[in-house]
Amino acid sequence: MSLVGAIGNDVLTLAAEAASTASGSGPGWMAAVPLLPLLASALCGLCLAGRIRSKLPAAIVVLSIAAAFAVTLFGFLGRADGAQVITIFEWIGLSWGSGPGETLSADFGFYMDGLSWLWMLFVTGLGSLIALYASEYMSGDKGYARFFAAFALFVFAMACLVMGDNLVLLYLGWEGVGLCSYLLIGYFYKRPAAVAAAKKAFIVNRIGDLGLAIGVFLTFVTFGTVEYDELFRMIDEGVAANGQPLEELWQTWTIPLLLMVGAFGKSAQLPLYVWLPDAMEGPTPVSALIHAATMVTAGVYLVARMFPLFVYDGVPHYALNTIAWVGTLTALFSATIGMAQFDIKRIMAYSTVSQLGYMFAGLGFLTTTGAAFHVFTHAFFKATLFLCCGAVMHGFAGQLDLRRLSGLIHMKGWLIVSLAMLVGCLNLAGFPLITAGYFSKDMILSQAFTTPDSIVPYSSLMGWILLITAGLTAYYTFRVFFRVFVGPVEYEPGDEVHDHGHDDHDTHDEHGHDHGFHPHAPGWAINTVLAVLAIASFAAIGTYFVDKDHHGWVGGLLHDSSAAYHAPAHEHHAAAPELKHGGVMLTAADDHGHAADEHAASHEAGHDDHGGAHAEAGTLFGQDPHAVMYYVSAAFGIVGIFIAWLLHYAGRKTAAKSKADLLLPFLGPIPTWAQNKWYVDELYDILFRGPLWLISHLFHIIDRLLVDGIVDGVGGIPRALARSLRVGQSGILQNYAVGMAGGLGVLLLIAWILTVAG
Amino acid sequence: MMAPVLAQASEELLTNPTLFHYLFVSTIMFSIGVIGFLTRRNMIIMFLCTEMMFQAAGIALVAFSRYHLNHSGEVFVIFVLTIAAAEAALALALVVLLFRRRESLDAAAWAEMKG
Repeated sequence: MSLVGAIGNDVLTLAAEAASTASGSGPGWMAAVPLLPLLASALCGLCLAGRIRSKLPAAIVVLSIAAAFAVTLFGFLGRADGAQVITIFEWIGLSWGSGPGETLSADFGFYMDGLSWLWMLFVTGLGSLIALYASEYMSGDKGYARFFAAFALFVFAMACLVMGDNLVLLYLGWEGVGLCSYLLIGYFYKRPAAVAAAKKAFIVNRIGDLGLAIGVFLTFVTFGTVEYDELFRMIDEGVAANGQPLEELWQTWTIPLLLMVGAFGKSAQLPLYVWLPDAMEGPTPVSALIHAATMVTAGVYLVARMFPLFVYDGVPHYALNTIAWVGTLTALFSATIGMAQFDIKRIMAYSTVSQLGYMFAGLGFLTTTGAAFHVFTHAFFKATLFLCCGAVMHGFAGQLDLRRLSGLIHMKGWLIVSLAMLVGCLNLAGFPLITAGYFSKDMILSQAFTTPDSIVPYSSLMGWILLITAGLTAYYTFRVFFRVFVGPVEYEPGDEVHDHGHDDHDTHDEHGHDHGFHPHAPGWAINTVLAVLAIASFAAIGTYFVDKDHHGWVGGLLHDSSAAYHAPAHEHHAAAPELKHGGVMLTAADDHGHAADEHAASHEAGHDDHGGAHAEAGTLFGQDPHAVMYYVSAAFGIVGIFIAWLLHYAGRKTAAKSKADLLLPFLGPIPTWAQNKWYVDELYDILFRGPLWLISHLFHIIDRLLVDGIVDGVGGIPRALARSLRVGQSGILQNYAVGMAGGLGVLLLIAWILTVAG
Repeated sequence: MMAPVLAQASEELLTNPTLFHYLFVSTIMFSIGVIGFLTRRNMIIMFLCTEMMFQAAGIALVAFSRYHLNHSGEVFVIFVLTIAAAEAALALALVVLLFRRRESLDAAAWAEMKG
C-alpha cells in the first residue's frame, strides 16, 4: 500500500512538474557536447601558437567531436519523452521592472527534443567523420592547426545553435557558424577568389541575419521571453505577453516572415543563395560539413523549431506560403544552373542549394518530417559527394573539370571513391527503392500534392515543378558520374600541381608537372570515411521503415518536438476540441494520408481534423499521392539518369566531348546563360553594387570637398597666419635689433603720450 | 632760433653743467650706439656699439646719482663696468669663433633663424 502510494506520489509529482514546465529536465553532462569542441578549438589555437606541425590538432579535434557524438548518442538513448530543458548556467539575466516583458533571461541551457537530438546526432557524427577525412586531406598544409581550430569552433557554434533553449543562444550559434564559415571559406587567404567568396558569404548572410535579429527582438517584445519552453506555452495558450490574443497581433505573422528571411540567408534560398556556390573556395571538408550537411540546414532547423508560430491558426500564413514558393523556385533555378556547370564541386554546390529548396518546400507544405528527413539523408549523401569531389581534387592536383577527367573507376586506388560517388549520386538522383534520398524526396513531393490548396495555394503546381526538378537533378548528378567516374581513362592534372591551392608545402613533390604527373590515390583516412559515409547513406533508408506510425524514425523524433508542436497524436485526440489552432494544417504536417485513415474513426466524434485533411487533400492522377508518388518520382529520376547515360556515357570516346555537345546548337544561348549562372551575380552587381558604388563615390566627393574642406580650412588658418608672421623672421641680426629698437620707440612714445601729452 | 639755444647751452655747459647736459651726452652716445648697431654689419663694430650704449647708460646713472646725491647709481655703474669687461671677453671670443666658422665678420652670414 505504501509502495503504491509512493509511486502514486511520484507520478503526481511528475505530472505536476510536467504541467508546470511542460518538460523534464535533463542531465547536465550534455554540456560536454558543445564544450568539448570548444576546448579542442582552444587547444588547436595553442598548437598554432606553439607552431606544432604534427597531426596533433587533427587528433584533438577528431577525438573531441567523436566524444561529443558519443555523449550525444548516450544522452539520446537515455532521453525522456518530450522536450528536456537542461540549464547549465544563467547566461543573461536582466530585469528592469516586474511587469511582463521587462525581464530578459536567457540561460546557457539546452532544449532537447526530437528535433535537436536529430540535428546534434548528425552534426557531431558527420563532424567527427569529416574531421578524420580532413586530417589526411589537409595534411602538409601550413594552416593545419588553424583549420582545425575553426572546424572545432564551428561544431561548438552549431551545437549552441541547435541545442540552445532560447533564441538568443540560437542567435549566438547562428553568428558563430557564420563566422566559422567565413574563416573557413577564406582559409586560403592568399587566393583572392577565396577572400572574395568569404566576404560575399559574410555580407549576404548579414542580410538574412538582420531579419533573424529583428525577428528575435520582435519575439521578445511580443512574448516577453526568448526561451522556447515559455514561448511554446504562450503560443499554445494563444496569448501574448500583454494579454492580447495572438490572432489580433500583427506580430504573429510578421515574426515568422522575419525568421524566414534569416533562414533564407543561412540556407541559401533564392534571393540570397549566391554566396553558397562561391563558398566552395574553402577546403572541401568544409564544403562537405558546413556548406552541405550542417550549417546550411540551420535555416530548416530554425523554421522547424519555431514551427508553432509559422502555423499559428487564425492569422495569414504568408511566411509558410513564401517558404513553399521560394523553396520550389530555388530548387528549380539552381538545378538549371547545376546542369550547365563543368566544375564538379560547383555542380554539387548548386545541387545543395537545390536540395535545400526541397527542404524549404517541404516545410512550406507542412511536412516538417519530410523536410527533416531530407535534411538527414541529404547530410549523409551530400557529404559523401563532396568528400568524393575532394578526393578527386586532392588526387588530381585541384582538377575538377568534368571535361578533363574520365574513367576514374578503372584507375588503381580509386574504386572506393568511385563507388562512394555512385552511392551519393544515386541518392541525390533519387534512384527508386534502394536509396534514402528517394524516400525523403518522395515525402516532400507527395506532400505537395496532398496539402490542400486552401492552406498552400497552388501546391500541386509546385509539386510538378519539384518533380521536373527531380528529373533535372538526376540528369546533372549522373552527368558528373558518367563523365568523371566511368568511360575511357583520361586525366589531366589541375593547376595546383605543387601546392594543392594550399599554402606552399613540399610533401607532395611526387606530383611532378605534365608528363611526370601521377594521380595521388586517397589514403586510408579518406577511404574509410568515404566507405562509412556511403554505407551510412544507404543505411539511412532503414530509418524510414522503423516507426511506421510516424513515417520513419525521423518522423518519430519530430513527433516529440516543436516541429510537430500541436500534434502529438495521443494527447491531440483527447484535447482536439479545445485546441484553437493546430487543426487541419498541423495534421497535414505530421500525419500523411494513410495515418489519417487509421485514426479517422476516432476523430469523427471530435474535431475531425484528420478526416478533414484527408477529405481536402489533393490527388495525383486521381489516386492518393502517397501511393502514386513512388512510381512518378521514380520515373522522373530514372528518365533523368537515362538521359545522362545517353548523352554522357553511351559511346563517349574522350573526356572532353560527349553527345550532349551535339545538342548545343539547338538550345541557342540557353546553355551559356545557365553556365553563367543566369547572370544573377551580374544582376546583383548592377542592382546593388552599382548604386552602392555610385553612392559611395558621391559620398567620397562630399567627403573630399566638404568635410576635408572644413578640416583643411581649420588647419589652414594657422598656416596662413604663420606665413605672414614668418616674414618678420629674417634671420638677420639687425632686423631683430630694429624690431627691438622700434618696439622701444613705440613704448617710449606711449609713455610720453600718457605722461606728458595726456 | 637754433643758434641762440646752442650758444646758451654751451655757455651753461661751460659755466654750470646741469643734469640736462649729462643726459644730453648720454642720449647722443646711446643714439650713436643704436644707429651703429643697426646699420653696421661688422660684428666687432656692432659689439663696440653695444659698449657705447652701455657707457651712455653709465653716464646717465652717474648723472642721476650726483643729482640725487645718492651713491647707489655710481655703485651700479661699477658693477656695469665689471660685467661689461667680462662680457667683452666673452663676446670677442664668440666673434672669433664665429669668424672661424664663416671666414667673415658679416653678421648677415648668420641667418639660420630665418623663418
